Amino acid sequence: MDAPALRHGAMFDTNELELNMGPQHPSTHGVLRVVLRLDGEKVVDADVVIGYLHRGIEKLSENRNYTQIVLLTDRMDYVAAATNNVGYCETVEKLMAIEVPRRARYVRTIVCELQRIASHCLWVGTHAMDIGAMTVFLYAFRERELILDLFEELCGARLTYNSQRIGGLPLDIPPGWDRKVLAFVEVMTGKVEEYEALLTENRIWLERTKGVGVIEGPEAIALGLSGPPLRGSGVPRDIRKDEPYAAYDEMQFEVPLGKAGDTYDRYVVRMEEFRQSLRIIRQAAEGIPEGPVVGKVPRLIKPPAGETYHAIESPKGELGYFVVSDGKSTNPYRFRVRPPSFCNLQALRRLCRGHLVADVVALIGSLDVVLGEVDR
Amino acid sequence: MGEAIAFYTLAAFILGFAVLVIATKDTVHSVLFLVLDFLFVAALYVLLEAPFLAVIQVLVYAGGIVVLYLFVVMLVNLKRPPEAHQDPRRRTWLGFGLSAAILAELAAIALYSSAGAAPAGPAAALPVAGNTEQVGWLLYTRYLIPFEIASMLLLVAMIGAIVLAKREL
Amino acid sequence: MIDTFVIPLVKILVVLNATLVAVSYMVLLERKVIAWTQSRLGPMRVGPYGVLQPIADAIKLMIKEDITPVRADRWVFTLAPIISMVPALIVYAVIPFGPTVTIFGHAVPLYVTDINVGLLYIVSVASVGVYGIILAGYASNSKYPLLASLRASAQLISYEVAVTLTLVSVILMAGSLSMVSIVLAQEQARVWYGFVQPLAFGIFFIGSLAETNRAPFDMPEAEQELTGGFHTEYSGMRFALFFLAEYANMIVVSSVATTLFLGGWLRPFPNVAWLGVLDLIPGWIWFLVKSFVFLYIFIWVRATLPRYRYDQLMRLGWKVLIPLAILNLVATAIVKVWWLA
Repeated sequence: MDAPALRHGAMFDTNELELNMGPQHPSTHGVLRVVLRLDGEKVVDADVVIGYLHRGIEKLSENRNYTQIVLLTDRMDYVAAATNNVGYCETVEKLMAIEVPRRARYVRTIVCELQRIASHCLWVGTHAMDIGAMTVFLYAFRERELILDLFEELCGARLTYNSQRIGGLPLDIPPGWDRKVLAFVEVMTGKVEEYEALLTENRIWLERTKGVGVIEGPEAIALGLSGPPLRGSGVPRDIRKDEPYAAYDEMQFEVPLGKAGDTYDRYVVRMEEFRQSLRIIRQAAEGIPEGPVVGKVPRLIKPPAGETYHAIESPKGELGYFVVSDGKSTNPYRFRVRPPSFCNLQALRRLCRGHLVADVVALIGSLDVVLGEVDR
Repeated sequence: MGEAIAFYTLAAFILGFAVLVIATKDTVHSVLFLVLDFLFVAALYVLLEAPFLAVIQVLVYAGGIVVLYLFVVMLVNLKRPPEAHQDPRRRTWLGFGLSAAILAELAAIALYSSAGAAPAGPAAALPVAGNTEQVGWLLYTRYLIPFEIASMLLLVAMIGAIVLAKREL
Repeated sequence: MIDTFVIPLVKILVVLNATLVAVSYMVLLERKVIAWTQSRLGPMRVGPYGVLQPIADAIKLMIKEDITPVRADRWVFTLAPIISMVPALIVYAVIPFGPTVTIFGHAVPLYVTDINVGLLYIVSVASVGVYGIILAGYASNSKYPLLASLRASAQLISYEVAVTLTLVSVILMAGSLSMVSIVLAQEQARVWYGFVQPLAFGIFFIGSLAETNRAPFDMPEAEQELTGGFHTEYSGMRFALFFLAEYANMIVVSSVATTLFLGGWLRPFPNVAWLGVLDLIPGWIWFLVKSFVFLYIFIWVRATLPRYRYDQLMRLGWKVLIPLAILNLVATAIVKVWWLA
């Protein structure tokens, strides 16, 4: 790393400025702290400090039984709580080899994709807001509200859903819910265009995002990126396609890829994911099969001794659960989460270097991290 | 009478602030007093019925150049008071020399104008009316050559600044 | 007696008060317009449709604790909001809101004064207003405000050049620096200068967005980057002064744009005779309507566009706007000397 502390021939000593961004800062998306070392406004180095939202979810889980953990997973990525539920339940189902009925898998697919849209709504809103376009934020929240309404009807909660059970769903979907989902898909299709009209070809938006935080495919893989930041660099990796879970093997959809790996490509990838998610939801909602919603689950959930890792494609990337069971108790022996935000956040330091302060907020936004998930 | 009172009050302020500019320890305060000084000089121009010059004084000096001074002062580390040099009197002679030169110049101007040979004739002699127009007229006729020399000088300074800045980029 | 003292004093009082009220209602207008853009309602609680919101805001800001950071430069910290506010108010002295009208047998020009360097006076007083921002950033002794004030000083100086150059083109057209004469010149030319000088108008508009620190050039206060920028450490009434100064400057810029490019108090299309019926509406109403349109566009832009980055802003200023403004100036001069003379 070069040290431009004292430029050659400079008349005055221009000191580096150490700027503490966060944990209380409007655009660090929660309680992220970034210690920036600045040369003028140029970022020489960025030290990412996390841990301000640590609640010990993994350790807590070791003292809860398997059903109780579902509700803890809600508190990780609270923007897409139901996705966390699905990931966790599928992990335990894999460990116990429980067959989930097809109807439940379809509903899970709808739930996951609705959460993806909700999460991307929040992302596009805050990301645009960080770059100064505040109207998109309100527009996106307006549509997120519709999704929250759907979830309220499905499971009674609007943020932390506790919407899944091991083996399937706690309840069947309310009558007519699938039609409401389809109606939402119709509404949302036009709204995505609305967001894009404000941003995609806006010259200022292009100038602010193109060529900012470029990361090539191989380096993205080396940094452990996943989800849209990885696909923005052109790496075709999507767990929904590669290792299908829920009912994704029965769905027709494409995985959007970027080329340059800059902030703009990550933006474009997510905007396209909106459309693909809507496509998936439409297929799933139209094709929900009849049947039970819970598989054959023993009354006492006590998986056999063993361990398993299961990952799903959360809105932010690869959300993996690693569960170890000793076969004796109803609590997991070890519970570990691979949160996509945490791993994606690693790239921030690399991305920020050489850019300006204003780009740092754009880059945090383009990684789309949720601190609840980073710190757990 | 009123004009004299106004003039001497303004002059007293100008000199007072000028002293404060060099006497203040904090660089930013010093720059601020310089701004005040410029504003009072502008008031002096108003008193001389030269509103155009007054406004330009505020616009260029107070509003433009001193902002750049502040910019530089804030960019360099200013919290630390400048260290005293080992020999504070090393440039005494230079100081005396410069002061003497300025004093001589002022005396020359005073003598020259009191001798009644003020270069600018009465305003009525100019073919245009209005303060702004007169300034423009004089600049582009009687003082064309000094004006052009000044512009050349500024151009050279600008190119020099660009060359210096580019070297570092 | 009445003509020399009473009328000017009354005018000053009216202009000052009207300005302050207009400024506080500007804030409400902005909140409302942005809310409507974003499918919200905006302030609704204080008074019907929130019309009393500015008063509630003022009371709140006045009774708030006034905090001075321990390590701040006290004098400069106190002075900075005042330096911001005063220039923003005193420029209203030369803005012509309307032509001379007769009230109770007295000829009253609808402006406080008309000095023959009026336009330059506005530019130079506005340039002093920059100090408020710079000094606030310096005196807070805090890093975010410092960065913001560095941004502010660079930004304001760059854009002042472009804006002033466009003003010179208009001065060339009108042949005068006095605000009133510029309007009269447009009356004589029977056309608004905005139509003759579209490029200058465009540059002036962009430049004035930057000069008033408005989106998409609101870098010095960018909440999302610099947590409020230069006024991060300010609270209560001192913060309010910065806030009011920003809006007062917006109104000044709109008034200047109206005067220079939209014919001031003249009715639309002064060259079309059969529209003469529009003259029944008093000039000052035309002036206010035009300024309001300009202000509305300010708000609209803020609701729509993302923010430029600091280096991009400088590039736009120095590499696009200033060359274009110089080009426009030279072209205007050539046309004026060779064709119109």
